[in-house]
Amino acid sequence: MKNATWKHLPLPLAIFLLGSWLTWAQAAGTSPAAQHKKPAATNPGERAFQENCGRCHNPPEQLSPRITGTVLRHMRVRALLSPQDEHDILKFLAP
Amino acid sequence: MRSIMPAQAKQRMVRRFALALRLAGVLLVLSGNLLAAQDVPIVSGALGFFDSKNTGVNFFQPVAAPVVVAPLGKHFLAESRFDLRGVYIRQNGTSGPYQGSFVGTTQYLQLDYLASRRITFTAGRFLTPFGTYNERLSAIWIQKLQDSPLIFPIGTRTTGSSDGVMVRGALFANPAIHINYIGYFSASSSVAQFQAGRAAGYRFDFYFPSKRVEIGTSYGRFLQGTHNNSTGFHFWWQPWRVPLEVRSEYAHGAHAQGYWIESAYRLSQWRGPDSLFGRLEPVFRMQQTFRNSPGPGDGLPAADTKQADFGLDYHLPHEVRLNGSYSRKLSATGNGNIWDISLTYRFLFPMWRGHQ
Repeated sequence: MKNATWKHLPLPLAIFLLGSWLTWAQAAGTSPAAQHKKPAATNPGERAFQENCGRCHNPPEQLSPRITGTVLRHMRVRALLSPQDEHDILKFLAP
Repeated sequence: MRSIMPAQAKQRMVRRFALALRLAGVLLVLSGNLLAAQDVPIVSGALGFFDSKNTGVNFFQPVAAPVVVAPLGKHFLAESRFDLRGVYIRQNGTSGPYQGSFVGTTQYLQLDYLASRRITFTAGRFLTPFGTYNERLSAIWIQKLQDSPLIFPIGTRTTGSSDGVMVRGALFANPAIHINYIGYFSASSSVAQFQAGRAAGYRFDFYFPSKRVEIGTSYGRFLQGTHNNSTGFHFWWQPWRVPLEVRSEYAHGAHAQGYWIESAYRLSQWRGPDSLFGRLEPVFRMQQTFRNSPGPGDGLPAADTKQADFGLDYHLPHEVRLNGSYSRKLSATGNGNIWDISLTYRFLFPMWRGHQ
């Protein structure tokens, strides 16, 4: 019984992976979606943000300039930011 | 609704929790005159409502998870996170009136000393740095699936928090590779809000920014009662080209071992992250545990277990997120379905106006 139920799991997994691949393929091609593809960050601060902070969470929608230093210090401890990344991200968030 | 917690225990818990809050308040007041314009203390965190149906048993939880962070001068940082939740469940599991209880947890309340660019010392209560889930993904506004992985108790027993000291930082960093380290020691504590086991351990991460690939290893040794070791490995990959996230962990404890692998794909390439479909994020997690020997109280499934989790997150505007998931669990102790739905709102604001 247990094995019989387990046999059904690969199907939804395959559908999910196929759907993901199709979406990716569509976006990478010449479809309208490709126009919305985000260009690689040229700002070192933005790139450092994507390399570090963006790995766990989305950027906050609003960030008051009064708290950028506090947020960065918090993330320096929690995300083990390198000194250079901390400097770049601070400049990016509070230019 | 009736509370199932004795009045005295509730009073004691509220008193201890108030003490923790007061301590955080004192640190905030002390910080007031030492701050630069960008260093105003923050209140962050999330509010959430979780509903779960686990093998026929339904329960729901309103949750508040506030985070308070206050810089103290140039080198110190006080930070804390609490988890305040009500747990409402039917009296007999699947029937009878709902009963409620309040659970308040101090997840971390720590003072950091940023000694140099590469070393930070921490004292107080902190999240046990074993694996990646506890430190990075357990916050309710970050986790993509409501339930923690099955192997979560390995290395983080028993509360996920430690009371003691920790040293951490970036050992080496250049554009090609970051090498990070963490070492910690925790004392035993049975105080209600600060329960922890006597333990020591470390974690090393190797992160390759150009590929957004991270591999790492964790080790923990439990130093009270029967001493035992926990080891773990993790692998993360988040390619630059596509909004795909792949995270995985393997952990081996004294009586069990297991792994989880999670992939999430935000459909933001479909007309942008703010479009109707671009806000969707399907999530899939596969996990498995293997019981090597009986380990009562270790928090892991009593028998070998396989579980597949299928989630769908919807990122609404204004930091609101809707999560739904279905899990199928297969185990010798019984198969079951788990349905979860949750709504979280993340907030972040300065504690006061501060200098302009």
